[in-house]
Order: sequence, then C-alpha cells, then structure tokens
Amino acid sequence: MRLEKNHERCIGAGQCVLTEPRIFDQDDRGLVRVLIEQPQGADEAAAHKAVFICPARALSIAED
Amino acid sequence: MMNTHVDEASELVQFPIQRTCPFAIPPVYTKFREESPVSQVVLPDGGKAWLVTKYEDVRAVMSNPKLSSDRRKKDFPVVVPGQNAALSKHAPFMIILDDPEHAELRRPVISEFSVRRVAALKPRIQEIVDGFIDDMLKLPKPVDLNQVFSLPVPSLLVSEILGMPFEGHEYFMELAEVLLRRTTDEQGRIDISVKLRQYMDKLVEEKIDNPGDDLLSRQIELQRQQGGIDRPGLASLCLLVLLAGHETTANMINLGVFSMLTKPELLAEIKADPSKTPKAVDELLRFYTIPDFGAHRLAMEDVEIGGVLIRKGEAVIASTFAANRDPAVFDDPEELDFSRDARHHVAFGYGPHQCLGQNLGRVELQVVFDTLFRRLPDLRLAVPAEELSFKSDALVYGLYSLPVTW
Repeated sequence: MRLEKNHERCIGAGQCVLTEPRIFDQDDRGLVRVLIEQPQGADEAAAHKAVFICPARALSIAED
Repeated sequence: MMNTHVDEASELVQFPIQRTCPFAIPPVYTKFREESPVSQVVLPDGGKAWLVTKYEDVRAVMSNPKLSSDRRKKDFPVVVPGQNAALSKHAPFMIILDDPEHAELRRPVISEFSVRRVAALKPRIQEIVDGFIDDMLKLPKPVDLNQVFSLPVPSLLVSEILGMPFEGHEYFMELAEVLLRRTTDEQGRIDISVKLRQYMDKLVEEKIDNPGDDLLSRQIELQRQQGGIDRPGLASLCLLVLLAGHETTANMINLGVFSMLTKPELLAEIKADPSKTPKAVDELLRFYTIPDFGAHRLAMEDVEIGGVLIRKGEAVIASTFAANRDPAVFDDPEELDFSRDARHHVAFGYGPHQCLGQNLGRVELQVVFDTLFRRLPDLRLAVPAEELSFKSDALVYGLYSLPVTW
C-alpha cells in the first residue's frame, strides 16, 4: 500500500498525527506530512484508520 | 416521544430538541435514526429543515461542498433567532463562509493549533490549571466549580494564545458572563456583541503598534508582508477563537467532572492509569456532543443524502449528537465507556469546518481531569445530583453551575 496526501484539501486538523505520529506529522503551515509512505505490518491498520478519520478526505491509499 | 414539541400546523417535530436527561439522548432522535434518518423538522421561525441523524449521513452532509455554510445567503436556515443580527456586527467569521473564502481565512491560523504547537503549550496549561486550583483551595467551601475554575481556565488560556493582556481576559469574562446568562434577551446579546467588537478593534490596533509573541501579532505580520492588514477580519478571528474556546471547554470540564463524581468507577479508571485519560476525553466528547443546535447547511444544488433527495434551496441540519449515538458505529452507544476508542466521533464536526482548536481542547481537558482529581482526591458534589441545573434550554449543553466541596 502507498499513502497519498492532498494538500489542497488538508485543513490541518491533525487527526492523522493523533492516530499515528510515527506515520504522520504537520509541516510549518500545519499541513500533513507523510513520514512513512509505504506503511507495513501494524502501521497499515493505523494508516487505514487515519484515512477514515481525516475530516477533509485529504488522505488516500493506493494499493500496489 | 415525551417532551418533544410538535408544531400544530405542520405536525412536524420542532427543532432544536431539548435534552431531558444528562445521559440519555432524547428518544425522538433515536426514533428518527431508526425510522427516517433524513426527516423534516420545523424551526423556531416556522421554516423547515431536513434533520440528519445517522453517522454516515452526518459526515456526508458536513463534507459535501454543494451544501453551503454561508449564513449571508438569504435562504439560510434560522435555528437561533437573532443570531444573524449579532453576526452582522462583525466581519464574517470563517465558520459562516464556504471555500475558497473559508480556506483563505483558516489556512493562516492552522499552524497555531497543530498537534506539535499544542503539545508545546502543555506546561503553560498545567501552570494555569494549578494556579486556579491554588486559588480555589483558599476559598470557603463549597465553591461553584464553573465560576472559579471551569470558565476561567480556558478563558485565560485562549486570551494568552491570542495575546490579550490579563485585564482583557477579565473584561471578556465579564461580558461573556452576561452573554451566557439565561435571562439575557436578544437585544442584550446584540449589545454584548457590539462591546466585544469594540474591544477587539482596540486590541488589534494595540498589537499593530506593540507586537508580541502571540497569534494576533503573527497574523498582523503575515498580512503586512502580504500587502495589507485586514483589521475587521482580525477582530473577528480573535472573537471567534475566544468564543469557541471558552464556554465549550468549560461545559466539557463540568460534564466530565460531574460524570466522574457520579460514576466513581470511571474516575477509578483514569486514576489508576493516567495514560487512559486521552481516550476518556474523546469518549466524554462523543457521549455529550454538546452543540445541541447541530450543523446547518443550505443546499446550493439538488443533493441526495441517505437516499433522500434534498432540493436546491432547502435547509439541512446534521445532528452530530445523534450521529455520535449511532449503534452502527459505536457499540452500546448509550454507555459512557472510557475503554472505548471513540476518536472518530463528530463532536468537533467533520469536513472543512472541523474545529480548529480541537487539539487544544483535548489537551486542556486531559490536564484538567488528571490534575483536579490528583490534587483534590476528596472532591465531591456539594448538592444531590438531582438538584444540578443542566443547560437543557441552551444551544450548547452543559451545567449552569457545579457546586463542589472536598
């Protein structure tokens, strides 16, 4: 799986960071940074959760 | 359908729907969600709106760009009589605009409330909480926790974040007290709105001349670099941050303390292991979902929600409260359960308008609950629970006062 972000949509709510700070962070503008673009193992579940919880639908998963 | 008011002419249920019990959701919401999850209701001015009560549908409403938040539009539903008159005293708040106008106002302030920024504020939040507890311990018992703690903590914190001097915080507390009083009428609210605007205009001017290390000064500098300072816009931003970050948090502090004092098994859980407090906070947010007025939208085009066609020009109310009690998403939703992972709740809304200060709110509540019960292990209600006065007649649920002793 590959995590994709959309900065046009991101509203900086930080919900992804709260879900898994190892995978997500916020940049100086408060917008999402994806730290692990290809999460594996337990991180996959966290990535799916972050995609679901994002209020702006700014995250998506591309299955390889 | 006890205690539900039905409009005689239209035979529709009247909205807003009042709570009658601090714990149980009014049965009419559950009936709607089970039988007709997108259903017409009648508003105080006689207008009609579609009330949406399922979690999935509420998220669909709040993230659909064809459903407008722009209160300047003529057909926008009036759920709170007089609110538009009060709003007209200010440059438009970002919450009443659609993208791209909304995004233009929100983007510059996002970083002020990022997870990282809020984490950096935690030591100061702890100091503020400890300071008000120190003061409280010197008072004769019992005290009204709402007045001496729950309101001043978030008020001082957001004042500092904005860069307001302490006197400004005290003046704001005075005005807000009148605004929150049950007996303040529509004209009274408009008068307060004007006074708040005057104070914010003055604050913006002061910060232009004497900038500091605060949100307002940073916004001024940013705008200066971009070619011009939008004074009315900045005054509205300050006011929005103050109003949104003050009473809401106080209500959640009061409801959380009330819950843990009346259900000691919940308190025992976070006392035994404070690492559970963040989860408890999100569960409290889900369970109480204090904005009883819901989220209002106006259809700009025909839209289908939950299989129901909503026509252009019709009003929609998404009930975040009903959504957060949806058994399709939360097992045993009527149970306040601190072991539940509830963070996908919609108590802070959903979509582009989701609460800007939500991470600040979470950390404030975490620090408050951990500190209050650690420092006051004998904290208890000073009156029987049945005598407490809940805000069932207000737009945001909470407690009017919370007499406690220790």
